[in-house]
Amino acid sequence: MDCVLGLQDLHKHFGRSPIIRGVSLALNVGERHALIGPNGAGKSTLFNLISGRLAPDRGRIELGGTDITGRAPFEIYRRGLSRSFQITNIFHNLTVFENLRCAVLWSLGYRYAFWRRLEGLADARAHAEELIERIGLGARRDAIAATLTYAEQRALELGITIAGGSSVVLLDEPTAGMSRSETERTIGLLRRVTQGRTLLMVEHDMDVVFGLAERISVMVYGRIIATGTPEQIHADPQVREAYLGTAQAGLS
Amino acid sequence: MNAELALISALNGASYGLLLFMLSAGLTLIFSMMGVLNFAHASFYMLGAYCGYQISQWVGFWPGLLLSPLIVGIFGAAVERYGLRALHTRGPVAELLFTFGLSYVIVEVVQVLWGRPPVPYRLPPELDGSLFTVYTVDFPRARGFVMLVAGVILGALALMLRYSRVGMIIQAALTHAKTVETLGHDVPRIHMLVFGGGSALAGLAGAVGGALTVTEPNMGATIGAILFVVIVVGGMGSLAGAFLASLAIGELDAFAKVIDRSPADLAAALGARLDPSNPLYGLWSLTLSQAAPVLPFLLLVVVLLVRPRGLLGKREDR
Amino acid sequence: MNRALAARWLPWVAGALLLVIVPVLFQQGFVRQLFAVCAVMIVFTLSYNLLLGTTGMLSFGHAVYSGFGAYATIHALNWIGRSHVPLPVTALPLLGGCGGLLAGLLLGFVSTRRSGTAFAMITLGLSELVGACWLMFPKFFGGEGGISGNRTVGAPLFGLPGWNLGSDLQIDYVVGAWCFACIVAVRALLGTPLGRIANAVRDNPERAEFIGYSARQVRWFMLLASSFFAGISGALAALNFEIVSAENVGAVRSGEVLLATFIGGIGYFHGPILGAIVFVFFSVALSQWTKAWQLYLGLFFVVLVLRAPGGLAAVIERALAQVRDGSVLRRARLLCALGACAVLALSGLIVLVEMTYQRTLEASGGYLVRVFWTDIDTRQAAAWVLPALLLIGGALAYGWLRRQDTAANAPIAVLTAAER
Repeated sequence: MDCVLGLQDLHKHFGRSPIIRGVSLALNVGERHALIGPNGAGKSTLFNLISGRLAPDRGRIELGGTDITGRAPFEIYRRGLSRSFQITNIFHNLTVFENLRCAVLWSLGYRYAFWRRLEGLADARAHAEELIERIGLGARRDAIAATLTYAEQRALELGITIAGGSSVVLLDEPTAGMSRSETERTIGLLRRVTQGRTLLMVEHDMDVVFGLAERISVMVYGRIIATGTPEQIHADPQVREAYLGTAQAGLS
Repeated sequence: MNAELALISALNGASYGLLLFMLSAGLTLIFSMMGVLNFAHASFYMLGAYCGYQISQWVGFWPGLLLSPLIVGIFGAAVERYGLRALHTRGPVAELLFTFGLSYVIVEVVQVLWGRPPVPYRLPPELDGSLFTVYTVDFPRARGFVMLVAGVILGALALMLRYSRVGMIIQAALTHAKTVETLGHDVPRIHMLVFGGGSALAGLAGAVGGALTVTEPNMGATIGAILFVVIVVGGMGSLAGAFLASLAIGELDAFAKVIDRSPADLAAALGARLDPSNPLYGLWSLTLSQAAPVLPFLLLVVVLLVRPRGLLGKREDR
Repeated sequence: MNRALAARWLPWVAGALLLVIVPVLFQQGFVRQLFAVCAVMIVFTLSYNLLLGTTGMLSFGHAVYSGFGAYATIHALNWIGRSHVPLPVTALPLLGGCGGLLAGLLLGFVSTRRSGTAFAMITLGLSELVGACWLMFPKFFGGEGGISGNRTVGAPLFGLPGWNLGSDLQIDYVVGAWCFACIVAVRALLGTPLGRIANAVRDNPERAEFIGYSARQVRWFMLLASSFFAGISGALAALNFEIVSAENVGAVRSGEVLLATFIGGIGYFHGPILGAIVFVFFSVALSQWTKAWQLYLGLFFVVLVLRAPGGLAAVIERALAQVRDGSVLRRARLLCALGACAVLALSGLIVLVEMTYQRTLEASGGYLVRVFWTDIDTRQAAAWVLPALLLIGGALAYGWLRRQDTAANAPIAVLTAAER
């Protein structure tokens, strides 16, 4: 199987505190991989390293064979990796439609075009409309993003992340703060929109993890202590001790 | 350039640099803690000078020196409490616009109250004359006084921040305001105190600087731009960086002012005479002393090209 | 005809008509003076809002770009005059735009290395740099007297004899035409992918990076566009006044465009246009009635920042909405009372300011000052106490009434839509 995203011995300090202490991981094409672990393990930091928000102190990150270590976020995005944020990071003064249209512009090749009329770009409009339907925000097409409910904003966040058609998608706690029913809906949505893409997600909700992931990595104190299928992880004693707990948890 | 001239220039540069640091320290503290750049900081400098002048007209120089920082500090605290606090939720642009408007209004009010021409604000006769003489060159007592005031105040500030309880709280609130608030400290009040304190520093700098140089409605504008250069060159939010940058600009200014040579002279010394009919002759024959006002801004450009985050700044925005 | 379509085109047609009619109607007097000044200022504020309202970049040194455009134009004008080259002077604003663009390329490269507050400070520093260079390059900047020129040179417009911009009417039309063209161009730019991405960078520069755009690159492109239009405005000013001096690049001019744009409303396309007109009237009209007009302008600006950051455009929009939904009629008495308090407090303030002004700055003119068509003796204590009471009383009453007015307590928001 092809490795599309490879992390080799990543290290990151903040001041004197080591946050990532030697993380290595290999993601295969089309894989659905979940990253779980207690709070403070460094999962978001790892995402920041991969997506270019931070640069690692040591180690290497490869995307589709190219070294992307320490590159700027927009360079990494252009190479086919996009991410969502745990704290919703949308364009709050633009409408839902505008948010998504902006997100598709680069991938459609419009770059910094100042000689073309935005309204006349039929493909951008079509893509954005289709995205709105997929994430279920059709009724709120012209609402200003800042006025959306929390769950709607999370859906928009997801929409922006997948808009450009990136082959590798990183999702940082996509169901954070959602109710049971909203989470159920989101699991279905996630499954649909990441069809055919490689997915790496951080999650705390075990139903989401065991429902979506093919492989799971467990991260504790800046290191990955176990990687495997859901069954293997569930049975791993180290993982139970560090994170899952010893109560029975059903595999869905 | 001989040794005594170099020494005197170095001292002059240090006194100007310390004055700049008095101003930029207050601005840096305010920026670090509250994320707001007080565009009106240089106007507070001007207010300090005018208050010092007015009080020295009524009572005397020394009471003016004591009272004007107080007055400006209280005014600054009021500005924070009744103006900036309401704007905090609206972001840095709104705060910057407010302080910009405030500086505009302060300049106009000063002009209405004291007029447009410079006012005769002078240091008292005790500070006339020279402090010491190195061979033939004098070092004025006035400048020594400025260095003394700056040194004492900044030293006290450093000690307070480092070793006192209030200082510890302020240092903590500099980076983690919310956490400090959950520990029970009244962070908005701390903000008000820091803003007032920073403004008082500016007022003191004005009370001293205005007497040393000239007190006129435009004095804030000229030093304000250099102040911003100090902040950007030193690195936003770094006190040590502001110190280095202030000294650098002070020394640059002092040494440039005494060098009456131009690049054309340098070329001539190396044997290449520059033709006066050369269109760029005007540029090359500029002496360093003539170019002195531009130097801080050239430094800004160089730093931005080479090290955008500043000398001791942390890499933040792209 | 489709009503919505008509509503969209109406402002444009009306604007174009105004630009054609006003110069002919008002061939002398007050409005005549202001027409070209307004048109120049409109282009200037529109260019500034490309930075502030569209991309979220606050600049304190925008006059540098318009100044460079102005200087480029005046030098070209003089060159055309000297060498008798049959180039049309009316095409010079394009050169001015390029002059501004060149300055944008050089200075913008440096300033866009940073963003936000740092960027604002750098623009101030660069503006001071250019200002400090002023005395060092007298050939280019013209020293104390500036550089003057004569616009009646070169080839006449479209070859028509007599159309050499000698008359006020002709220059008004040329300036008006360029103004209209710039309004159209800026509007078009805002409707391009670059324009919309600039909005995204304004709202969330970090997220913009994560959808493939370099925020720094976007800012630089917008700065180039902005400096181009600023250069055109400078060129128009050069043609209109036939003189360019250090004022055209100075910090004062930079401050003016900031004030004017913000007063109009940075969240609206027509905000800068409104702001430019209001500002020109403020500065020209008010300055003829009182010498303290800058203080009033500054106070007005501060009040807007605190209470109505959306500018006059937002205030008007909200007022219209309140008229439409009837809340104005319901609160009619309260609004009248508020208005009365505001007028009283304002009058008190104005009298105090004018009297102080008389005492300090016009002392040679004596003790009497003419305010509101009456002469006031500034030596009388009553002359000071009464206005002070009006000011304090009026302000307190206004504040109290405002707190009773629950319908309008929230300050008006800044950006209510990406594009209006």
